[in-house]
Amino acid sequence: MSEKDSLAPRPATGQPVLSATHVTKQFRVAGGHITAVDDVTVDFHAGKVLAVVGESGSGKSTLARMLLRLMPVTSGTITYNGNDVTHIKGAELRAYWRDVQAVFQDPFSSFNQFYSVGQTLRRGMGSQGLEKETLDQLIETCLGYVGLKPADAVHKYPHQLSGGQRQRVMIARALMMNPKVLLADEATSMLDASLRVSALNVLQDLRANLGLTVLFITHDIGQACYLADEVVVMEHGLVVEHGTTDAVIFEPKNDYTKRLLADVPDLKSSLKVRNR
Amino acid sequence: MTNIQSAAATAEAEGPLIPEGLPTEPRKAKPAWRSLNFGPRMWISLGIIGFVAALAFIGPLFYPYGAEEKVGSLYDSPSAEHFLGTENFGYDVLAVLMASARNSIIIGLLAGTIAVLIGVAIGVLAGYVGGWVEELLMGFTNIVLSIPPIVILILISISLQSTGIAFLKGVVGLALVIGIVSWPWTARAVRAQASSVATREHIDVAKLSGARTPSILVRDVLPYLASYAVMAWVLQLASAILLESTLSMLGLGPSGANSLGKQLFWALAFQAVATGAWWAFLPPTIVLTMISFGLLYLQSSLDEVFNPRLRRGKKKNLAKAAARRAEAARKLAENKPVEAIV
Amino acid sequence: MTGILMRASNLTAVYAADSGKDVPAVDNVTLEVPEGQIVGLAGESGCGKTTMGNALAMIANPPLYVVAGTMQIDDEDIDLSTLARGSNEAHRPYRGSTVSLLPQGAMNAVSPTLKVKNLVVDVMRAHKRDTTVAEAMDRATDRLKMLEMPTRVLDSYAHQLSGGMKQRMVTVVSTLLNPKLLIADEPTSALDVSSQKALIEMLLAMVEKKIMRGVIFITHDLPVLSMVTDRLAIMYAGKIVENGPTEELVNNARHPYTSALLSSVLDPTEETRTKHVLGIPGSPPNLANPPTGCRFHPRCPFAMDICKHEEPAFLHERDHAVACWWANDHAYQTVPMEVNQA
Repeated sequence: MSEKDSLAPRPATGQPVLSATHVTKQFRVAGGHITAVDDVTVDFHAGKVLAVVGESGSGKSTLARMLLRLMPVTSGTITYNGNDVTHIKGAELRAYWRDVQAVFQDPFSSFNQFYSVGQTLRRGMGSQGLEKETLDQLIETCLGYVGLKPADAVHKYPHQLSGGQRQRVMIARALMMNPKVLLADEATSMLDASLRVSALNVLQDLRANLGLTVLFITHDIGQACYLADEVVVMEHGLVVEHGTTDAVIFEPKNDYTKRLLADVPDLKSSLKVRNR
Repeated sequence: MTNIQSAAATAEAEGPLIPEGLPTEPRKAKPAWRSLNFGPRMWISLGIIGFVAALAFIGPLFYPYGAEEKVGSLYDSPSAEHFLGTENFGYDVLAVLMASARNSIIIGLLAGTIAVLIGVAIGVLAGYVGGWVEELLMGFTNIVLSIPPIVILILISISLQSTGIAFLKGVVGLALVIGIVSWPWTARAVRAQASSVATREHIDVAKLSGARTPSILVRDVLPYLASYAVMAWVLQLASAILLESTLSMLGLGPSGANSLGKQLFWALAFQAVATGAWWAFLPPTIVLTMISFGLLYLQSSLDEVFNPRLRRGKKKNLAKAAARRAEAARKLAENKPVEAIV
Repeated sequence: MTGILMRASNLTAVYAADSGKDVPAVDNVTLEVPEGQIVGLAGESGCGKTTMGNALAMIANPPLYVVAGTMQIDDEDIDLSTLARGSNEAHRPYRGSTVSLLPQGAMNAVSPTLKVKNLVVDVMRAHKRDTTVAEAMDRATDRLKMLEMPTRVLDSYAHQLSGGMKQRMVTVVSTLLNPKLLIADEPTSALDVSSQKALIEMLLAMVEKKIMRGVIFITHDLPVLSMVTDRLAIMYAGKIVENGPTEELVNNARHPYTSALLSSVLDPTEETRTKHVLGIPGSPPNLANPPTGCRFHPRCPFAMDICKHEEPAFLHERDHAVACWWANDHAYQTVPMEVNQA
């Protein structure tokens, strides 16, 4: 598998902030195993946006959940800032979750529909022992990062917000913890095109202004092209290509990547030509 | 169908982020549960249940005769003084009926609540935690479920009757027994739902926010089960009341206390059917039917409350809206505008 | 009506909201489908495109009411309104055979206990009750062979097929009766790019082989539309804002909203690497209380005074129509792309 990894030159920098090393995930099914993630080794470097691109069944979301420690690995290690976090639990895990946060695909089911936006944002902040004013200030700051005003959002319930607004609130929630790494798992897939672009801009700004490391999981290589510094392409649980965005998209070496790029409908060049 | 709903929802719930020339809505948001509304089914069922409850709890305050007052002889026919005649001991049937209804309802409430508490606790734990905990708890549930309840109840009742502890022999004891035996199906229903809620993304989000398991169970899982728990509780009430009547009719009822089933027991024992004393067995049967039906109907009306898609809306509002629409259609037909698109 | 397969005129459809007021989801829209062409209906969530699809396919159910609208197809004039009592019956003969809807998420809505061949028989019998199994199978196998799909699909259950194959299968089944017009609602949304391509190729083949005489393709995905459609209609807040040949719209967008949508397309090109796109500020309006004048004016970079007061009429430039005051002032000019980028 290490042969596949060295297909494209890995950008050389200092120690990665988050890594997956030889991570495998197998699910037991009737009559055997399904290997969702197959011996994957990926590094994520500080302050960069790395996109993990793959179609459904590629294992990208499973990998994301393992990186988030929401799902146990079958084998392999996850390392954060040099520490092995593969099997941590309890207080250690909660500490990890202050640094590594996520935004998921479905903006509606990410919310507890019985609580208001304000209550959702304040969740888990009790343990930090902040005063009310500080907390309110923090809420205002985080909502500000995503272009929302507290007066417009804090008292509302999820069903009263639009899809785009919900997703922004989810990003704000992730920012409440002051994380170093933000994982966006198909976070823009359920948004309309214009909202998608706004959300991607927000992620770009977060990287520029807060120095966040962003992991962007998507099936849409076009979005990766817009947002990411590095791209990892996954197919059937394997990493088939890994390199800078320019390298992967404009000089793909792997056949699967080439086919993926060829199948993407291009706005101008795929205009129907009909003989009348 | 989903897309139609979501389009309507987006259209309704919208407001511009940056108010430019549009009026913003300053009023406070309405939480989701406020939009519940009660349909006709609910009022009917509440009416029936209310009637029986009034009979049981308020009736005795006004009715002149007591349940243990000998006012006549064996099976006196209904008369102006005693609307339902007397039963085998010479007590006024209506008075006994009121006392029985009260006890049956109390037993039902106690037993139903115990059953739901046990069932929800086991179901939530099994569904949320999963793994071997779930296997263990569900295995245990299946065992309890597969033992015929009547058999267990008879055995436990008999042994309870022969203990010396007073309160266990009476109403409370019976309620405990019924409760401890009837929780399994609630546990199964709740486990299935809890299992599904546990996979929902908001649980992951809560975990990432640093919430601990007890907090997640109470704040993120239970509210989603509330509708199931309430409906299960109503059904457990009905089933507990019926179970108790069965037991009492077999002579295993609470000693020293009346219940609807007990009345039927005495009616059978003194051959009320053969002697044609319908006032001895018909009234308790009817009241039993009413309370069971009322509860079951209530449960189906709750379905409408919790599941908005089943709502049919107030009839008069529907008619008004239809009239408005027809008017709008007529207006559109009249001023047919010039062509919009080619 | 030469060369036009279907013309839907002055279509208005409303949702009955809980508040009692009706929300117009489609507001006085007229749309044409030329013979043998695929017309795209594009727009973002809440613009009314799915509602329009349902209204045209005559399957609108309460709380959706079609208040006004007529469809002219071949020599028939059909009243699309669903207010009158008999409208459901009146529309029945057209469903599936004149107009067929392929709903969003159809591929996931197939009964898990039905093999595809049973589904085929059901569909054919819905139209002609005495269709034999043999006839239905013949028709299905012929159709599958014509479209180069494996006939083994007939013996499978829906869940045994891959996503792309499922969607193609469902498309074939919904067109077995050779409807004149097929309305496909987001058929490619849940598919991977490779499956998308296969489905699009199949649709193009079907139109070429005259299985359908016209298609309305509803989606928000502009690149897909550029691959498959001949004409494109852009919807915003219940109205069509621009309409014309696809190539014309993509290269020469005349409405600021269309231009913004086009600029939001992110394809893997050099340009995407360097550009910074501004999304559209604000959010789609509340249709219960839409903005006065042009509905897009609160979010439009070119909004003028007149835009706030008067709704723009359609400007026809050859076969390209646009409803915009800015477009009126700048005849034939493309909306400058720079306004959408930083």
